[in-house]
Amino acid sequence: MTIVALPILIPFVLAISLLFFRTPKTCRWVGPFGSLAIFVVSLMLFFRLQTTGILTLNVGGWEAPFGIVLVVDYLSALMLMVSSLILIAVSLFAIRFLPDEIPLSRFYFFFFTLTMGMNGAFITGDVFNLYVWFEVMLISSFVLITMGKKKEQLEGGIKYLALNLLGSLLFLAGLGLLYGKTGTLNMAHLAEILKNDDQALLMNTSAILFFVAFGIKAAVFPLFFWLPSSYHTPNITITSLFAGLLTKVGVYTLIRFFTLFSVHDQQFWHSLLLIVAGLTMVIGGMAAASYYETRRILSYHIISQIGYMIMGLGIFTPLAIAGAVFFTLHNMIAKTGAFLASGMIAKMKGTYHLKEVGGLYKQNPLLAVLFIVPAFALAGVPPLSGFFAKFMLIKAGMESGSYIITTVALLTSLLTLYSMIKIWNEAFLKKQPENQENQESIKLNWADYMPLAILATASVLMGIFAATVFTYAMEAANQLIDPTNYIDTVLRNRTP
Amino acid sequence: MEIILAILVGILYTAGVYMLLRRSILKFIIGIIFMSNATNLLVFLSAGLIPGNPAFVDGTTTNTAHLADPMPQALVLTAIVIGLGMVVFILALKYKFFEVTGTDDLDQLKQTDSQK
Repeated sequence: MTIVALPILIPFVLAISLLFFRTPKTCRWVGPFGSLAIFVVSLMLFFRLQTTGILTLNVGGWEAPFGIVLVVDYLSALMLMVSSLILIAVSLFAIRFLPDEIPLSRFYFFFFTLTMGMNGAFITGDVFNLYVWFEVMLISSFVLITMGKKKEQLEGGIKYLALNLLGSLLFLAGLGLLYGKTGTLNMAHLAEILKNDDQALLMNTSAILFFVAFGIKAAVFPLFFWLPSSYHTPNITITSLFAGLLTKVGVYTLIRFFTLFSVHDQQFWHSLLLIVAGLTMVIGGMAAASYYETRRILSYHIISQIGYMIMGLGIFTPLAIAGAVFFTLHNMIAKTGAFLASGMIAKMKGTYHLKEVGGLYKQNPLLAVLFIVPAFALAGVPPLSGFFAKFMLIKAGMESGSYIITTVALLTSLLTLYSMIKIWNEAFLKKQPENQENQESIKLNWADYMPLAILATASVLMGIFAATVFTYAMEAANQLIDPTNYIDTVLRNRTP
Repeated sequence: MEIILAILVGILYTAGVYMLLRRSILKFIIGIIFMSNATNLLVFLSAGLIPGNPAFVDGTTTNTAHLADPMPQALVLTAIVIGLGMVVFILALKYKFFEVTGTDDLDQLKQTDSQK
């Protein structure tokens, strides 16, 4: 099944081809259509998955526990699909919003290497291979974040790089210890060995190293400080790309590891995850409420939302995991959409500071509508996607008796609603401040609206067809909670 | 032999953390190098040390138990290469940052965290 390798191969080929086709004119085609190709391949994988069950590929023909294996199950396929949708939107956005000093060819090159690393991380079934894909993703993101070479970008880049490098080192140390104890790096094989193993104490060293490493990447409570101090520095295109994708890869690996093989000491780990989730939600939400710059509000808000995904993992019932998956998918779309909207406001008004803008509802009603969709989706207003995601998580929390975290989650939604209404009031409803000299705003043309329109439509559709998405999320959760099927398919190479 | 290397790993981690907490960016990078090497050594040690018996299988070998495990060696090789790339990038970034701001002091890196 070579199609399984395509999500890695396509971005690789596209990145290489961009070294040869450097004119902005060709790049304008290669970027969006390349992203579209990745989207089509993910759709094909998803439909293939529905008919044949979990897809695997033994790379290089080496049998499963010895070679590297690529695995596509429901979680991977859903993540691939939604992330490639975001790639389409951001690649279109880049054409209109990248400044002149960043050539399109260079941006798209690192855009596609980032995609390669991310897709690799989604579909690999080998722990060390995951580390390698993480590094591919990290080095591309380092280059992207410092691309403008401005002072604050370099400074943000150093902070971003420092903590993420540390995270990678901890991850590597954790997997080294894991190999020492089990003698394998294949995730399914690990799961099989550790299922009947009672050396929980020894496993916990690796598990805590993984938790800290992925906690840094996912930006959970005590480890998130790199995110708000770097995400507002690069160009808005790059920020939107990172906001939609990077932290979610961390969440994905946390879900994967803590359902598949780091399953010892459930009581300790689940309460730790729930405590961390609660603190992440509240602190992110409160910090977001205190800022008046759209990018900073939204950056802190990413952190707050990561808490909900970790909450689903901490409750650990099928419904809760399905809620976490649904929430992650919804959040990738809505968050990127909100960042794109803030970029469009900034293009019209020349600033991200809410105090200096206003009156946009009268000037540009279309942008107002396109902003309100992702914003209300994030806040969880029915019938948009966020409502169903939160509903699932809160229902799961009630059913399993985790009342404290459920209350915290409900109260945090109020903070989210407050942040979103603040942006809405300040940017759209209030009058344009009098003292601003630059009263004229730049008009946007249809190509500027396209990326946001795609994401807003996706968010609305995810709300309308919530039942369908729910079925798939539930399917993913069932595969995660009971990994027997995963283990069998990967190790026995069972062809159904 | 393992015990000496294990102590070395500990020393390298300690030195690395100490350097990370210094104020200069260059010392921070040295700290990253120490920690990266400590991690590489840790991964290398993870399967235990078997000296003098590399895993060359020629078809007549029946007992593989006394051979050294080649897997951690392969992992470490990959990790060293990745670590080298990362260090080169962070050095280049530090150079550029020094060119723009003229400072090597981590305490000066407050601009992106201050509230405007």
